[in-house]
Amino acid sequence: MIHKFSMNGVNVVMDIFSGAVHVVDDVVYQIVEAYEEGDRAKVLAQFGGTYRPEMLQEAMDELDGLKEAEMMYTKDEYAPVLDQINARNPVVKALCLHIAHDCNLKCVYCFAEEGEYHGHRSLMSSEVGKAAIDFLIANSGSRKNLEVDFFGGEPLMNFEVVKEIVAYARAIEQEKGKNFRFTITTNGILLNDEIQAYINQNMHNVVISLDGRKEVNDKMRPRAGGQGSYDVIVPKFQKLAESRNQTNYYIRGTFTRNNLDFMQDVLHMADLGFKQISVEPVVGPETDSYAIREEDLPRIFKEYEDLAEELYERHKEGGARDFNFFHFNIDLTGGPCVAKRLVGCGSGTEYLAVTPEGDLYPCHQFVGLEGFRMGDVFTGIENWQLREKFSACNVYAKESCRNCWARFYCSGGCAANAYQLEGDILKPYEVGCEMQRKRIECAIMIQAKAMAEAAEK
Amino acid sequence: MKHVKTLNTAMLKHTMAKGGCGECQTSCQSACKTSCTVANQSCENR
Repeated sequence: MIHKFSMNGVNVVMDIFSGAVHVVDDVVYQIVEAYEEGDRAKVLAQFGGTYRPEMLQEAMDELDGLKEAEMMYTKDEYAPVLDQINARNPVVKALCLHIAHDCNLKCVYCFAEEGEYHGHRSLMSSEVGKAAIDFLIANSGSRKNLEVDFFGGEPLMNFEVVKEIVAYARAIEQEKGKNFRFTITTNGILLNDEIQAYINQNMHNVVISLDGRKEVNDKMRPRAGGQGSYDVIVPKFQKLAESRNQTNYYIRGTFTRNNLDFMQDVLHMADLGFKQISVEPVVGPETDSYAIREEDLPRIFKEYEDLAEELYERHKEGGARDFNFFHFNIDLTGGPCVAKRLVGCGSGTEYLAVTPEGDLYPCHQFVGLEGFRMGDVFTGIENWQLREKFSACNVYAKESCRNCWARFYCSGGCAANAYQLEGDILKPYEVGCEMQRKRIECAIMIQAKAMAEAAEK
Repeated sequence: MKHVKTLNTAMLKHTMAKGGCGECQTSCQSACKTSCTVANQSCENR
């Protein structure tokens, strides 16, 4: 299977099953599909009127060379990898701890219903948190690296418990042969110097939430009393980002139908001095006025392309204006193995969410949804049927992924989004897929253009 | 080559041999965390 696209003056051909990405001239770009079966006469007949025969022969010679090197026209040989994955002992390697089902913001688009997750306000106790650490260690098999994300609601509303859980995990990780990596996601309202110092000392990564321009942010992320959050959080976030040397954090925002010009929000954050930026589309049914609709896609694609071009220019220029946009990061040479690409996030199997009461769910987005409770941290997994369902969730199990060129890049997308919008964890949310494919193309274009320009010099 | 320049040399197929150790970072793919495609992750076992 091949996929080709042309963006910002660069032609790209991707050979999906080898993972090879080629920058090609117009001749190869035109003939690449027609030559798949190696039929020279067919290509000469079809394109002889456009290109000289010797040029077509030369291009086909090059394609033959790539085919020989298994970098073009390769076949899907990965089904056996699934057996390899299924043969592995099921382990848990990451937990999302819902430290607080409460929040001091009232974000309009919050999937967690302003922190309450279809339930009531509650805070996790340190007993539950420590039991979660014990559960993780006991169920992680021989995995060494274990991840724990402190999430909410707003985790800083229960920060003393965060500290107790971290101290407990650190105290036992060595004897248990584990290495914990902690992360925290915060809206910043309660951030202060003391908390910042603690985060810098203990958290491998921190995700801070801002939607971009003041008017955009404050419309969707108001405080409990209705006033905006921007003025309170931005100075704190700037300080935090600097104190981490502009690394190991992400400032992340959500764009909605209200700001389809979201590139301006990304650039606004860059202008505020942030270097690690992540801005993603809101996910919700079209009945929500702010939800992304299919008809918005052309506008969004254009915005992504413009952002990619701008980012490319800033990378080239280097220095103060340059920044990293998370969704255009792509590791073409040392990315994850095929097994990882087939199974994706591991929700419901390798990754679980823990409620303040200690209940286990497949991930933070399933918390509180009927029928998705898997067990609790004290007794472990009880709903094995549900676990099996998530365990069988991979790109080969999804009908709409079977013919999609992006499946080894996105791994079949988010199971929670699929369930929320399509009613089935195996039916990916198509509008989300469209945007994902565009982001992958943009990410590749940035690298391809850099290579093409370097080659010209 | 004159018509084609290849951006990467690592072949996905080669990751089948030692792949699947599972030590890599979890990759949330929802939009509420810093979600990611798995493609932007790195391997812990290289």
